[in-house]
Formats: sequence, C-alpha cells, structure tokens
Amino acid sequence: MTDKPGLLAVEGISKSFVGFKALDGVDFTVRPGEIHALLGENGAGKSTLIKVLTGVHQPDAGVIKIDGQPVAMRDTQHAQHLGIGTVYQEVNLLPNMSVADNLFIGRQPMRFGFVNRKLMEKQALELLAQYDLHLDVSSDLSRYSVAVQQLVAIARAVDMSGRVLVLDEPTASLDRHETEILFAILRQLRARGFGIVFITHFLDQVYEICDRVTVLRNGKLAGSALTAELPKIDLVSLMLGRALAVATHNTRHDRPVPAIKPFSFKGLGRSRSIAPFDLDIGEGEVIGMAGLLGSGRTETAKILFGIDAADTGHIRIDGHPVLIRTPQDAVACGFGLCPEDRKSDGIIGDLSVRENICLALQAQKGWFNRLSSREQISLADKFVKALDIRTTDIEKPIKFLSGGNQQKVILARWLATNPRFLILDEPTRGIDVGAHAEIIALINRLCDDGMALLVISSEIEEIVAYSTRVIVLRDRAHRGEISGDDITTSNIMQMIAAESEGASA
Amino acid sequence: MIRLNTAALTKAMPQLLSLMLILFLNYLAFPGFFEIRLQDGRLFGSLIDVLNRGAPVIILAIGMTAVIASRGVDLSVGAVMAVSGALAATMTVAGYPLPVVIVAALGTGLACGLWNGILVAYFDLQPIVATLILMVAGRGIAQLITEGSIVTFTEPGLIFFGTGSFAGIPMPILIAVSLLVVAIAVVRRTAIGLLIESIGINRSASSYAGLNSKLLLLVIYGFCGFCASLAGIIIAADIRGADANNAGLWLELDAILAVVVGGTSLFGGRFSILMSALGAVIIQAMNTGILLSGFPPEYNLILKALVIIVILLAQSFSSLGGWAFLKGEFRSKGGKRQ
Ligand SMILES: Nc1ncnc2c1ncn2[C@@H]1O[C@H](COP(=O)(O)OP(=O)(O)OP(=O)(O)O)[C@@H](O)[C@H]1O
Ligand SMILES: [Mg+2]
Repeated sequence: MTDKPGLLAVEGISKSFVGFKALDGVDFTVRPGEIHALLGENGAGKSTLIKVLTGVHQPDAGVIKIDGQPVAMRDTQHAQHLGIGTVYQEVNLLPNMSVADNLFIGRQPMRFGFVNRKLMEKQALELLAQYDLHLDVSSDLSRYSVAVQQLVAIARAVDMSGRVLVLDEPTASLDRHETEILFAILRQLRARGFGIVFITHFLDQVYEICDRVTVLRNGKLAGSALTAELPKIDLVSLMLGRALAVATHNTRHDRPVPAIKPFSFKGLGRSRSIAPFDLDIGEGEVIGMAGLLGSGRTETAKILFGIDAADTGHIRIDGHPVLIRTPQDAVACGFGLCPEDRKSDGIIGDLSVRENICLALQAQKGWFNRLSSREQISLADKFVKALDIRTTDIEKPIKFLSGGNQQKVILARWLATNPRFLILDEPTRGIDVGAHAEIIALINRLCDDGMALLVISSEIEEIVAYSTRVIVLRDRAHRGEISGDDITTSNIMQMIAAESEGASA
Repeated sequence: MIRLNTAALTKAMPQLLSLMLILFLNYLAFPGFFEIRLQDGRLFGSLIDVLNRGAPVIILAIGMTAVIASRGVDLSVGAVMAVSGALAATMTVAGYPLPVVIVAALGTGLACGLWNGILVAYFDLQPIVATLILMVAGRGIAQLITEGSIVTFTEPGLIFFGTGSFAGIPMPILIAVSLLVVAIAVVRRTAIGLLIESIGINRSASSYAGLNSKLLLLVIYGFCGFCASLAGIIIAADIRGADANNAGLWLELDAILAVVVGGTSLFGGRFSILMSALGAVIIQAMNTGILLSGFPPEYNLILKALVIIVILLAQSFSSLGGWAFLKGEFRSKGGKRQ
C-alpha cells in the first residue's frame, strides 16, 4: 500500500478567538479506509479543528485539501456536499421535531410536492434498526434520552456522509452495547474506504478501533502515529506533556460503613419512572450507581433532588421528616446535583464562567442577598484553580469553553454551595484522562471530608475505584446492592447481566 | 471603571447615533426644537415634550424588559393600561379619595400581571398566548368598568399626575425617571438581574441550580402589570378621562419595540433597562418629529419600521465586532497618512 493521498487533509491551520489561539499551525490527514483518533486534553482544540474542517469556523491561516485539492470550505452545507458527515460534540438536533424529521430534515422524501411522511417514517425505522434502536419515529425527539439522541445524530451523519465521517465524542453517553453497535458500523464504513475521524477520551476505545492517532496539545500538533506503534503510556504523556502520575486507586472497600445514616429515603418512587426504593446514606460514604442506559439511574437522581416529585415514600434527614418537592427544597437540605445533560440542564450558555459558578450559591442565598462582585470573583478564581478549568478568563461566556471544562464549571457550581449530600450524574463524561484521575481523587477527598456522595457512572472501573457501596439498577428498579470486598468489576457486570437474563427469560 | 464605561458606550453606539440623527432631523424640520424655556414654574419645549409624551412607553418598557429578558413577552400591557385608567377615572367620579384610587388602580394592574405570571409560570402556557388572553379580555373589562362611555373627571389631584410638575419638571417625566432609577437599583444591587438573565437563557438549567424560576416569573409579570397600570393612570390623568377603547391602544407594540431597539434579545438573557428607556425615547422622538414636520401621521408607521430596521442592522453589525473593525481601519489609515 503506497502512501495514498489524504482523503481529507489540513495543513498549517491556525484559528484564534479574540486574542486566544485555539489552533496553531496544525497539520492533520485522514486517509481512506482508516479510523483516525483525534486526542488531547480538554480545551486542546479538537472540537475547534473539527469545526474548521467542516466549515463552521473559517481558519485564520492554512489550507484544507480534499483529494489533494485545496478547497475553501464555505459553510457546513458545503462540507456535506463534499461528502463529509459530522456529529458535533454538542448534538445539533431539533428536540421539538419528530425522530424521523430529525433524521431526514433537508432531504425528506417528497411526493407531489409534499413530504411523504409514510415513506420517511419507514426509512427512518429501517435506518435506526441498524443501530438496534426501535423507536416511535413519529414522536418528538425530546422524549428520548441523551444516548438515544446521540445515536440518532450519528445515524443521520452516517447516512449523509459520502466518504468522510467525523464524530466528536460520540460514545460519551453510550453504554457498552450501543458502543459495540456503533463500532460495527464504523468497521463496515472503513472497509468501504471511508475516512473516519473519531474524538474520544476513552483510550481503550482508541486501541480497540482506531488505526492512527493524532494528538493535539494547547492548540498545537503534539504528534501523530499508528496506534499499533504507540504504547498507551507514551500516548498519555503525549497528550498531557508529562507522564500521568498514576494515583493507584486505593479502593475504599475496607472503609467502615458509617453506623449513623443521616439521609434516609424510604419507599421513594414515581410511577412510570422508577419503582419504589429504599436508600440510606451516611456521611463519608460514596454510593456508586451502576446499570444500563434507561435503567432508572438518572430518574433516581431526579427524584432525590426534587426535579420530579415522588408519588410515594418519605424522606428523613437527621431523623427529621422532610418534604422534597422542588430543587429548592433539596438545596435547603444541603443537597447538590450535577445533571447528566450538560447542555440543557447544566450550563447557562450566555452567562460567564464566574456567574455560572456562583449561580447555585446565589440562588440559595436568596434574591436580595447578592454575592458582591469581589466574592464572586474570588469564588470563581478559587475553583478555576482548584479544578484546573481551562479558560482565558472568568468573564468568558461558558458556551465558549470546551465540553470537558464546562463539566468542571458545573461541578464547581455545586462545590461552591458546600453541600452535605452531592449527587453526581456522569461526572467524568467528556473529561480527559488527566482530569479524570483528578475528579476521582476529588470524589475521594470530598468523601474523606465527610460529604455524602451518590455517583452515577457508566464506567464500572471508576465505580469500583471510589464506591463504598454499589447499587445496581435495571428496568427502572433498584435490584441489588454490593458492598465491601465484593465490589469488583466482574461482580457488578454479573449483577447487571444476571438480572437481565432473568428478565428476558 | 473607565474601561467599563467605554465598553457600555460602544455597545450603545447604534442607539445613541440614531437618537442624535433623529434629533438633528427634528431640528431641521423645526428650528426651535432644542429651545427650552421656563414658564409658570414649569419647563416647556419640544425636547421636554418628547420625554413627557414618551414617559408612558418608558414605564411600559421598564416592565417589558424584565419580561423579555426572561424569554417571554407581555401583549396585555396596553389593555391593562385601559383597565387601570378606567378604574381610576370611574372611582374618582364616584368620589373616592385620591390615595384609594391610586392604590386600587395600581393593585389592579399588579393583579393582572400576576394572572399572566400564573398562566406562564404555573400552567406553562406560552407567554404570547397567555398574555393574549388578557390583551383581548382587558379591553372588555375596561368597558364594563366605564359602562361603555368615556368617563371624564375634573379632580385636580389625579390630573396632577398627568399635567402637573415638580421643580419645573413635568410629573410623567419625574415618575418615569424615578421608576427607572429604582428598577435599575433593585435589579443590579440585588441578585434579581442575574437570576432573570439566567432563567431567560436556560430555564431548565436554572431550576436544576435551585433557582425558584416559577416565583421569579410570577414577580416579573406582576411588575410588568404594575408598570402598565402606572402608565395607564398617567395617560388617564393627562386626558382627564378614560377611554376604554383607545387608551394604550397598540402601546404594547411600542414597548416591545423600545426593548428590542434597546438591544435586549427577544430570545431572553442579557438585558439593560436603561437601554430600553433609551429605545422608548428614540421612538417618541420619531413620533414628535413627524408631528412637527407636518407630515401626515401615517408616515410615522413606515418611518418607524425603517428606523428599526436600521438600528437592528447596526446592532448585528456591532455584535460582529464591526465598530472595532472600523476603528482599526481608521487608525491604520491615519497611520499610513502620517
Ligand atoms: N467560539 C469560541 N470563542 C472563544 N473561545 C473558544 C471558542 N470555541 C472554542 N474556544 C476555546 O478554544 C479552546 C479549544 O476548545 P475546543 O472546544 O476545541 O477543545 P476540545 O479539545 O474539543 O476540548 P474537550 O475535550 O473538552 O471537548 C478552548 O480553550 C475554548 O475555550
Ligand atoms: Mg470538544
């Protein structure tokens, strides 16, 4: 195989945002028939490079070449026209339109000048069946979970791409099964000669499916190599610019389970959302919540935090009965929640990093008790430093931060309220390897300081690393609990699987 | 501090330039435009007139800014003006003392606003639909109060709010400016301004952050209704009567326009009450200019549309960094010449 010309290549690309250099002379080539991982820390410039490649941003310098021919990528339509299908990190779909509309918008099958809905819905069903998704394609997209929306976006992009497919963190909200399906499809496309760009923070996935990696660091090209020739340790140091101090995860299983459990939830449930469950949490405990997508993990979090009101059950805190029917009630009890859907439930896009960090504390202090500018600034500075949030300054609107850094800002928002009980729904989603280890360390530190934590995660190794107890969910019910030395990856997997077999039998 | 002010000034550039242009055109049409004189202890002149006539829309725009910043809109303010004006007039004729009349009229406006707020916040109706109900029903209520006739009164206390003056300044201007100062202080000295912007940008995320968005919306719409009734009282006092059919007619559109011209996006979020007031003054300066120039008032509507298009274009130009770009151009040209 002689060195084929790049299907899609960029040379010397630079891009600045108001004085901040997000990309600085980056070269990047995607060859036909390869899956090319684009890696780097949060804020390294991966998404920006993608946006330049696909005509969202115009580069300040450099050329984009397709089949060796320079092109001026005018806009996203132009990119599509040239056969590049893209799923951006912040999925761009229309939540108030049907699933079928979302799949085919702009290219609906027509008959007599009208959209042929029947045909469109039939095609939508067929398309989604390849992803093992069986949805009501005529209902609104917003009815479905983030993961399903992500798959719909991928299905649309794959269907539209002629020869290049670009996926920005497509697997962040997918679980194992869905990821497998996606990979099977990517392998087919590779065999058909597609060039695929794949951004992720899961290094295992890089080694599983990618042929080549390119690493960005602080907007510059740090290196590019064949996956097979680059050991994981070298890859990580390439990304971070230093070796990752592997904090050997001290598992916490030997910790004594506290005898007094100030937070007690009895028979809490909500019809068609989550079956009634009991949960007692003590200070200095981390409860991990494992389960497949749609198993009721997020629903549990929403009930605990008063986003959805429970139909049944009661809550005691420090032995006193309390009612939690709204998030304000929950916050008054010292609760905090970092939600799963960062874009719609987390960030206030046009507000600055500073305002986003102060928001929950301000809401708690009341309308008339304004945090002074000085307090706001020192709070924001403190957390930007503590969580290593990469931003040019704290007055930058949060929507301009990279995905992983937005996630850290939301975490900071709740830490600023100094909660007694913190619920984290997928806290490491979209977080880079370095920060991932830091967040796990942070969870452990908070726990040592006596905070009670409930952490929902799809990464079982991670749950094993910090949990004192693990609750396994399935089919919208709490099915079992594991504690002590029984907390192992295989035990958790077995529990998830055993029950699913039991249910399907 | 100085930097902050220049930044604010740069942002307000399109509006300030438009206002200056309009005032200049007014001056061309009517050379006495900038003359101000003191007569019987009260200021007179076309400029004073612009502010005096503009006061009701300024007041409406203050409430409307909060509503629009929360990603809503209130179509009922014109009708609420009619209701409170009708109530004030009818009660005055019936002989109620002035304080009772004022409190009742303002209270009614507040109640109308709260009704809108309940529909929007607790019943999750879309603001445009929720407030349309009162926009239609309000005029009916006002007619019921006046029993279908135009109620006139001669009670000097109430009339004072429309035509009186204090320290030479007409009452409507004084009321509007006081409300402006209080509203800005409340919004920026407390956390309310930030919280309004937050729910306007992303209500779901704001609720997740523990913000009581329903209560806040209720207060916002209540305040907007209050502002509308204040404007209604001023207009009734000015014409010494209440006309259920025509009082405040179409003024909701002027108020919305004032807010938009002031630069607050209809999609909610960042807002400036001061800029909305400036927007209201721009609109009134145009109205007055047309009147002075002797053009038939029909031209007013067309001209208004034109000016708005220009201002909106200038805004999108400046949000794209256009002014900075132009400045850079001039500077580099100047540099070459040297
Ligand atoms: N529109 C914008 N305006 C200003 N700054 C921006 C804009 N878009 C991106 N940036 C900045 O450019 C840098 C690179 O961002 P980018 O989104 O490309 O990071 P990333 O590598 O995708 O990170 P992540 O892994 O967290 O998604 C960040 O520091 C970000 O704050
Ligand atoms: Mg990114």
